Amino acid sequence: MKSKIRKLVTFVEETRTEMGKTVTPPTRRAAAAAVIENPFAGRYVEDLSELMEIGEELGALLAERAVAALGISGPSAESYGKAALVGENGELEHAAAILHPKLGTPVRKVLGKGAALIPSSKKRGAPGVALDIPLGHKDAAFVRSHFDGMEIRVNDAPRANEILVAVAVTDSGRPLPRVGGLTKEQIKGEDGLR
Amino acid sequence: MPEVELRKRVVIVEEIFHEGGPVAEKPLCRAAALTVIRNPFAGRYVREIAGFMEDLNPLGLEMAKLLVEALGGEAKAIEGYGKGAIVGQYGELEHGALWHVPGGYGMREILGNAKAIVPSTKKVGGPGTRLDVPVTHINASYVRSHFDSMEVGIADAPRGDEILLALVMTTGPRVHARVGGLKASEIKGEDGLR
Repeated sequence: MKSKIRKLVTFVEETRTEMGKTVTPPTRRAAAAAVIENPFAGRYVEDLSELMEIGEELGALLAERAVAALGISGPSAESYGKAALVGENGELEHAAAILHPKLGTPVRKVLGKGAALIPSSKKRGAPGVALDIPLGHKDAAFVRSHFDGMEIRVNDAPRANEILVAVAVTDSGRPLPRVGGLTKEQIKGEDGLR
Repeated sequence: MPEVELRKRVVIVEEIFHEGGPVAEKPLCRAAALTVIRNPFAGRYVREIAGFMEDLNPLGLEMAKLLVEALGGEAKAIEGYGKGAIVGQYGELEHGALWHVPGGYGMREILGNAKAIVPSTKKVGGPGTRLDVPVTHINASYVRSHFDSMEVGIADAPRGDEILLALVMTTGPRVHARVGGLKASEIKGEDGLR
Protein backbone atom coordinates (compact mmCIF):
# COMPACT_ATOMS: atom_id res chain seq x y z
CA MET A 1 0.00 0.00 0.00
CA LYS A 2 1.07 3.55 -0.65
CA SER A 3 -0.69 4.81 2.47
CA LYS A 4 1.17 4.49 5.74
CA ILE A 5 -1.70 3.76 8.10
CA ARG A 6 -1.20 4.22 11.83
CA LYS A 7 -4.72 3.50 12.87
CA LEU A 8 -8.16 2.54 11.53
CA VAL A 9 -11.35 3.47 13.36
CA THR A 10 -14.96 2.56 12.59
CA PHE A 11 -18.08 4.12 14.05
CA VAL A 12 -21.60 2.72 13.83
CA GLU A 13 -24.64 4.65 15.04
CA GLU A 14 -28.12 3.22 15.34
CA THR A 15 -31.02 5.52 16.27
CA ARG A 16 -34.03 3.77 17.77
CA THR A 17 -36.13 6.65 19.06
CA GLU A 18 -36.23 10.39 18.50
CA MET A 19 -38.34 12.72 20.66
CA GLY A 20 -39.94 9.67 22.19
CA LYS A 21 -41.10 8.31 18.83
CA THR A 22 -39.91 4.91 17.74
CA VAL A 23 -37.83 4.92 14.57
CA THR A 24 -38.81 1.88 12.47
CA PRO A 25 -36.58 0.47 11.23
CA PRO A 26 -33.82 2.18 13.23
CA THR A 27 -31.64 4.49 11.13
CA ARG A 28 -28.04 3.35 10.84
CA ARG A 29 -24.89 5.02 9.63
CA ALA A 30 -21.26 4.03 9.70
CA ALA A 31 -18.00 5.86 9.19
CA ALA A 32 -14.61 4.29 8.58
CA ALA A 33 -11.56 6.45 9.13
CA ALA A 34 -7.84 5.99 8.50
CA VAL A 35 -5.06 7.93 10.19
CA ILE A 36 -2.23 8.16 7.67
CA GLU A 37 1.15 9.80 7.46
CA ASN A 38 1.12 13.00 5.42
CA PRO A 39 4.05 12.54 3.00
CA PHE A 40 4.16 16.29 2.32
CA ALA A 41 3.89 17.62 5.88
CA GLY A 42 6.02 20.64 6.67
CA ARG A 43 6.96 21.66 3.12
CA TYR A 44 5.39 22.95 -0.07
CA VAL A 45 5.20 20.28 -2.76
CA GLU A 46 3.77 21.21 -6.15
CA ASP A 47 2.84 17.75 -7.45
CA LEU A 48 0.28 16.07 -5.19
CA SER A 49 -0.24 12.92 -7.26
CA GLU A 50 1.02 10.62 -4.47
CA LEU A 51 -1.85 11.81 -2.28
CA MET A 52 -4.32 11.23 -5.11
CA GLU A 53 -3.20 7.61 -5.33
CA ILE A 54 -3.48 7.29 -1.56
CA GLY A 55 -7.04 8.59 -1.94
CA GLU A 56 -7.81 5.86 -4.45
CA GLU A 57 -6.55 3.16 -2.09
CA LEU A 58 -8.41 4.57 0.88
CA GLY A 59 -11.66 4.93 -1.08
CA ALA A 60 -11.85 1.16 -1.51
CA LEU A 61 -10.59 0.27 1.98
CA LEU A 62 -12.83 2.68 3.88
CA ALA A 63 -15.98 2.06 1.83
CA GLU A 64 -15.56 -1.69 2.32
CA ARG A 65 -15.08 -1.24 6.05
CA ALA A 66 -18.05 1.08 6.46
CA VAL A 67 -20.36 -1.26 4.56
CA ALA A 68 -19.05 -4.25 6.54
CA ALA A 69 -19.66 -2.37 9.79
CA LEU A 70 -23.31 -1.95 8.81
CA GLY A 71 -23.51 -5.60 7.84
CA ILE A 72 -25.17 -4.80 4.51
CA SER A 73 -24.31 -5.36 0.86
CA GLY A 74 -22.79 -2.37 -0.94
CA PRO A 75 -25.80 -1.79 -3.21
CA SER A 76 -28.14 -1.58 -0.17
CA ALA A 77 -26.35 1.56 1.04
CA GLU A 78 -28.50 4.68 0.68
CA SER A 79 -26.31 7.68 1.31
CA TYR A 80 -22.65 8.55 1.53
CA GLY A 81 -20.11 11.24 2.29
CA LYS A 82 -16.37 11.81 2.69
CA ALA A 83 -14.10 14.13 4.63
CA ALA A 84 -10.49 14.73 5.61
CA LEU A 85 -8.83 16.46 8.53
CA VAL A 86 -5.23 17.57 7.93
CA GLY A 87 -2.79 17.85 10.83
CA GLU A 88 -1.24 21.23 11.55
CA ASN A 89 1.89 20.72 9.42
CA GLY A 90 -0.16 19.98 6.32
CA GLU A 91 -2.11 22.00 3.82
CA LEU A 92 -5.83 22.03 3.03
CA GLU A 93 -4.88 21.17 -0.53
CA HIS A 94 -3.55 17.83 0.76
CA ALA A 95 -7.08 16.95 1.85
CA ALA A 96 -8.36 18.02 -1.55
CA ALA A 97 -5.81 15.76 -3.30
CA ILE A 98 -6.96 12.76 -1.30
CA LEU A 99 -10.68 13.39 -1.58
CA HIS A 100 -11.46 14.76 -5.00
CA PRO A 101 -9.51 13.25 -7.92
CA LYS A 102 -9.59 9.50 -7.26
CA LEU A 103 -11.31 8.48 -4.02
CA GLY A 104 -14.85 8.42 -5.43
CA THR A 105 -14.53 5.72 -8.08
CA PRO A 106 -13.57 2.86 -5.74
CA VAL A 107 -16.26 3.98 -3.27
CA ARG A 108 -18.87 3.73 -6.02
CA LYS A 109 -17.52 0.35 -7.04
CA VAL A 110 -18.11 -0.96 -3.52
CA LEU A 111 -21.64 0.50 -3.44
CA GLY A 112 -22.65 -0.80 -6.87
CA LYS A 113 -23.80 2.57 -8.17
CA GLY A 114 -23.51 6.10 -6.85
CA ALA A 115 -24.71 8.48 -9.52
CA ALA A 116 -24.67 11.47 -7.16
CA LEU A 117 -21.76 13.66 -6.19
CA ILE A 118 -20.20 12.44 -2.94
CA PRO A 119 -20.67 15.35 -0.53
CA SER A 120 -17.44 16.29 1.22
CA SER A 121 -15.82 18.53 3.79
CA LYS A 122 -12.28 19.22 4.84
CA LYS A 123 -10.35 21.20 7.39
CA ARG A 124 -7.06 21.53 9.19
CA GLY A 125 -6.99 20.91 12.88
CA ALA A 126 -5.49 19.42 16.01
CA PRO A 127 -5.83 15.89 17.35
CA GLY A 128 -9.34 15.25 18.62
CA VAL A 129 -10.98 17.95 16.52
CA ALA A 130 -14.50 17.00 15.38
CA LEU A 131 -14.96 16.26 11.69
CA ASP A 132 -18.47 16.63 10.28
CA ILE A 133 -18.94 14.35 7.28
CA PRO A 134 -21.80 15.58 5.08
CA LEU A 135 -24.20 12.92 3.81
CA GLY A 136 -26.38 12.80 0.71
CA HIS A 137 -28.29 10.12 -1.20
CA LYS A 138 -25.91 8.13 -3.36
CA ASP A 139 -28.01 8.13 -6.51
CA ALA A 140 -29.92 11.42 -6.32
CA ALA A 141 -28.45 14.40 -4.50
CA PHE A 142 -31.86 16.08 -4.11
CA VAL A 143 -33.44 13.41 -1.92
CA ARG A 144 -34.27 15.65 1.02
CA SER A 145 -34.75 12.93 3.64
CA HIS A 146 -31.10 11.94 3.20
CA PHE A 147 -29.46 15.36 3.66
CA ASP A 148 -27.57 14.62 6.84
CA GLY A 149 -24.18 14.64 8.52
CA MET A 150 -22.16 12.49 10.88
CA GLU A 151 -19.67 13.79 13.40
CA ILE A 152 -16.60 11.73 14.15
CA ARG A 153 -13.44 12.35 16.12
CA VAL A 154 -10.34 10.42 17.09
CA ASN A 155 -8.77 11.85 20.21
CA ASP A 156 -5.13 11.23 19.21
CA ALA A 157 -5.38 12.13 15.53
CA PRO A 158 -4.40 13.77 13.35
CA ARG A 159 -0.97 14.44 14.79
CA ALA A 160 0.81 17.34 13.08
CA ASN A 161 2.21 15.15 10.29
CA GLU A 162 -0.90 13.05 9.76
CA ILE A 163 -4.20 13.17 7.90
CA LEU A 164 -7.48 11.65 9.08
CA VAL A 165 -9.51 10.43 6.09
CA ALA A 166 -13.10 9.24 6.47
CA VAL A 167 -15.87 7.72 4.38
CA ALA A 168 -19.42 7.49 5.76
CA VAL A 169 -22.19 5.21 4.49
CA THR A 170 -25.79 4.78 5.69
CA ASP A 171 -28.67 2.40 5.11
CA SER A 172 -31.23 5.15 5.77
CA GLY A 173 -31.96 8.87 5.93
CA ARG A 174 -32.71 11.04 8.97
CA PRO A 175 -34.72 9.35 11.76
CA LEU A 176 -38.04 11.18 11.29
CA PRO A 177 -37.88 13.05 7.95
CA ARG A 178 -40.87 15.33 7.38
CA VAL A 179 -39.77 18.41 5.51
CA GLY A 180 -40.97 17.25 2.11
CA GLY A 181 -38.94 17.40 -1.08
CA LEU A 182 -37.92 14.57 -3.37
CA THR A 183 -38.39 11.15 -1.73
CA LYS A 184 -36.22 8.13 -2.39
CA GLU A 185 -39.17 6.36 -4.03
CA GLN A 186 -39.27 9.11 -6.70
CA ILE A 187 -35.62 8.78 -7.76
CA LYS A 188 -34.96 8.43 -11.46
CA GLY A 189 -31.26 7.97 -10.82
CA GLU A 190 -30.05 9.14 -14.19
CA ASP A 191 -28.32 12.45 -13.60
CA GLY A 192 -27.28 11.97 -9.99
CA LEU A 193 -29.56 14.79 -8.93
CA ARG A 194 -33.16 13.49 -9.01
CA MET B 1 -38.64 0.12 38.40
CA PRO B 2 -39.18 1.92 35.06
CA GLU B 3 -38.52 0.30 31.73
CA VAL B 4 -35.15 0.87 30.01
CA GLU B 5 -35.78 3.11 26.97
CA LEU B 6 -33.04 3.16 24.35
CA ARG B 7 -32.67 6.09 21.97
CA LYS B 8 -29.43 5.33 20.23
CA ARG B 9 -26.51 2.96 20.12
CA VAL B 10 -22.99 3.61 18.87
CA VAL B 11 -20.15 1.16 18.39
CA ILE B 12 -16.61 2.43 17.85
CA VAL B 13 -13.70 0.18 16.89
CA GLU B 14 -10.08 1.35 16.80
CA GLU B 15 -7.38 -0.76 15.18
CA ILE B 16 -3.91 0.50 16.03
CA PHE B 17 -0.94 -0.59 13.94
CA HIS B 18 1.79 1.55 15.46
CA GLU B 19 2.38 4.83 17.22
CA GLY B 20 5.63 5.92 15.66
CA GLY B 21 7.52 2.74 16.56
CA PRO B 22 7.68 -0.70 14.94
CA VAL B 23 4.42 -1.94 13.38
CA ALA B 24 2.78 -4.43 15.76
CA GLU B 25 2.60 -8.04 14.65
CA LYS B 26 -0.98 -8.09 15.86
CA PRO B 27 -2.66 -4.67 15.89
CA LEU B 28 -4.18 -3.52 19.17
CA CYS B 29 -7.96 -3.27 18.89
CA ARG B 30 -10.17 -1.29 21.20
CA ALA B 31 -13.93 -1.21 20.97
CA ALA B 32 -16.57 0.81 22.77
CA ALA B 33 -20.29 0.12 22.93
CA LEU B 34 -22.31 3.21 23.86
CA THR B 35 -26.02 3.22 24.57
CA VAL B 36 -28.13 6.31 25.18
CA ILE B 37 -31.07 5.66 27.49
CA ARG B 38 -33.72 7.86 29.07
CA ASN B 39 -32.87 8.76 32.65
CA PRO B 40 -36.04 7.78 34.52
CA PHE B 41 -34.96 9.85 37.54
CA ALA B 42 -34.10 13.10 35.70
CA GLY B 43 -35.27 16.43 37.08
CA ARG B 44 -36.01 15.45 40.66
CA TYR B 45 -34.52 13.72 43.67
CA VAL B 46 -35.59 10.10 43.87
CA ARG B 47 -34.56 8.28 47.01
CA GLU B 48 -34.87 4.67 45.85
CA ILE B 49 -33.04 4.11 42.59
CA ALA B 50 -31.09 0.89 43.18
CA GLY B 51 -33.78 -1.35 41.68
CA PHE B 52 -32.96 0.09 38.24
CA MET B 53 -29.62 -1.75 38.29
CA GLU B 54 -31.38 -5.03 37.77
CA ASP B 55 -33.36 -3.59 34.88
CA LEU B 56 -30.06 -2.66 33.22
CA ASN B 57 -28.58 -6.17 33.42
CA PRO B 58 -29.90 -7.33 30.01
CA LEU B 59 -28.47 -4.19 28.43
CA GLY B 60 -25.04 -4.84 29.99
CA LEU B 61 -25.09 -8.33 28.60
CA GLU B 62 -26.16 -7.19 25.14
CA MET B 63 -23.47 -4.49 24.98
CA ALA B 64 -20.77 -6.95 26.10
CA LYS B 65 -21.85 -9.33 23.34
CA LEU B 66 -21.72 -6.52 20.79
CA LEU B 67 -18.16 -5.71 21.84
CA VAL B 68 -16.92 -9.27 21.51
CA GLU B 69 -18.51 -9.41 18.06
CA ALA B 70 -16.96 -6.09 17.07
CA LEU B 71 -13.56 -7.45 18.11
CA GLY B 72 -13.77 -10.61 16.03
CA GLY B 73 -16.23 -12.83 17.91
CA GLU B 74 -13.83 -14.66 20.25
CA ALA B 75 -14.28 -13.94 23.95
CA LYS B 76 -10.80 -15.30 24.67
CA ALA B 77 -9.25 -12.56 22.53
CA ILE B 78 -10.34 -9.94 25.07
CA GLU B 79 -7.57 -8.84 27.45
CA GLY B 80 -8.66 -5.48 28.84
CA TYR B 81 -11.91 -3.84 29.88
CA GLY B 82 -13.47 -0.74 31.38
CA LYS B 83 -16.79 1.04 31.77
CA GLY B 84 -18.23 4.49 32.25
CA ALA B 85 -21.28 6.74 32.15
CA ILE B 86 -22.15 10.32 31.28
CA VAL B 87 -25.28 11.61 32.98
CA GLY B 88 -27.25 14.40 31.26
CA GLN B 89 -27.62 17.71 33.08
CA TYR B 90 -31.02 16.97 34.69
CA GLY B 91 -29.60 13.91 36.37
CA GLU B 92 -27.14 13.34 39.19
CA LEU B 93 -23.82 11.54 39.38
CA GLU B 94 -25.44 8.84 41.48
CA HIS B 95 -27.53 7.84 38.46
CA GLY B 96 -24.29 7.06 36.62
CA ALA B 97 -23.29 4.82 39.51
CA LEU B 98 -26.25 2.59 38.64
CA TRP B 99 -24.13 1.26 35.78
CA HIS B 100 -21.38 -0.27 37.97
CA VAL B 101 -23.11 -3.55 38.67
CA PRO B 102 -24.91 -4.27 35.37
CA GLY B 103 -21.96 -3.12 33.23
CA GLY B 104 -19.55 -5.33 35.12
CA TYR B 105 -22.01 -8.22 35.23
CA GLY B 106 -22.51 -8.16 31.45
CA MET B 107 -18.81 -8.30 30.68
CA ARG B 108 -18.00 -10.97 33.24
CA GLU B 109 -20.86 -13.09 32.00
CA ILE B 110 -19.53 -12.96 28.43
CA LEU B 111 -15.82 -13.20 29.27
CA GLY B 112 -16.20 -16.16 31.63
CA ASN B 113 -14.01 -15.90 34.63
CA ALA B 114 -12.65 -12.34 34.50
CA LYS B 115 -11.18 -11.69 37.94
CA ALA B 116 -10.11 -8.06 38.05
CA ILE B 117 -12.31 -5.20 39.12
CA VAL B 118 -13.65 -3.32 36.07
CA PRO B 119 -12.12 0.18 36.18
CA SER B 120 -14.67 2.93 35.71
CA THR B 121 -15.34 6.61 35.52
CA LYS B 122 -18.41 8.80 35.31
CA LYS B 123 -19.49 12.40 35.10
CA VAL B 124 -22.37 14.75 34.44
CA GLY B 125 -22.19 16.54 31.11
CA GLY B 126 -23.94 17.91 28.05
CA PRO B 127 -24.29 16.46 24.56
CA GLY B 128 -20.88 15.85 22.99
CA THR B 129 -19.09 15.54 26.34
CA ARG B 130 -16.10 13.21 26.05
CA LEU B 131 -15.34 10.50 28.57
CA ASP B 132 -11.96 8.81 28.99
CA VAL B 133 -12.91 5.26 29.91
CA PRO B 134 -10.10 3.61 31.90
CA VAL B 135 -8.99 0.13 30.86
CA THR B 136 -7.06 -2.55 32.77
CA HIS B 137 -6.30 -6.25 32.33
CA ILE B 138 -9.36 -8.46 32.86
CA ASN B 139 -7.66 -10.86 35.26
CA ALA B 140 -5.02 -8.82 37.08
CA SER B 141 -5.37 -5.09 37.65
CA TYR B 142 -1.62 -4.58 38.08
CA VAL B 143 -0.58 -5.70 34.59
CA ARG B 144 1.23 -2.53 33.57
CA SER B 145 1.17 -3.07 29.80
CA HIS B 146 -2.63 -3.11 29.82
CA PHE B 147 -3.23 0.17 31.68
CA ASP B 148 -4.98 2.02 28.90
CA SER B 149 -8.02 4.13 28.14
CA MET B 150 -10.35 4.97 25.30
CA GLU B 151 -11.97 8.32 24.72
CA VAL B 152 -15.64 8.08 23.77
CA GLY B 153 -18.55 10.43 23.20
CA ILE B 154 -21.56 11.12 20.98
CA ALA B 155 -22.23 14.52 19.43
CA ASP B 156 -25.94 14.62 20.37
CA ALA B 157 -25.90 12.76 23.68
CA PRO B 158 -26.58 12.74 26.52
CA ARG B 159 -29.46 15.17 26.39
CA GLY B 160 -30.58 16.57 29.74
CA ASP B 161 -32.85 13.66 30.59
CA GLU B 162 -30.59 10.91 29.26
CA ILE B 163 -27.68 8.75 30.38
CA LEU B 164 -24.92 7.59 28.06
CA LEU B 165 -23.69 4.16 29.18
CA ALA B 166 -20.31 2.87 27.97
CA LEU B 167 -18.45 -0.43 27.94
CA VAL B 168 -14.95 -0.84 26.48
CA MET B 169 -12.90 -3.91 25.64
CA THR B 170 -9.37 -4.23 24.23
CA THR B 171 -7.40 -7.09 22.72
CA GLY B 172 -3.94 -6.48 24.09
CA PRO B 173 -1.30 -4.23 25.62
CA ARG B 174 -0.57 -0.65 24.56
CA VAL B 175 0.93 -0.87 21.11
CA HIS B 176 4.49 0.02 22.19
CA ALA B 177 4.26 -1.01 25.89
CA ARG B 178 7.73 -0.84 27.43
CA VAL B 179 7.66 0.56 30.95
CA GLY B 180 8.12 -2.71 32.83
CA GLY B 181 5.94 -3.86 35.71
CA LEU B 182 3.87 -7.02 36.00
CA LYS B 183 3.54 -8.79 32.67
CA ALA B 184 0.41 -10.54 31.40
CA SER B 185 2.48 -13.75 31.23
CA GLU B 186 3.25 -13.52 34.97
CA ILE B 187 -0.34 -13.33 36.21
CA LYS B 188 -1.31 -15.70 39.02
CA GLY B 189 -4.95 -14.82 38.51
CA GLU B 190 -6.16 -15.57 42.00
CA ASP B 191 -7.01 -12.24 43.58
CA GLY B 192 -7.77 -10.15 40.49
CA LEU B 193 -4.77 -7.96 41.24
CA ARG B 194 -1.62 -9.92 40.23
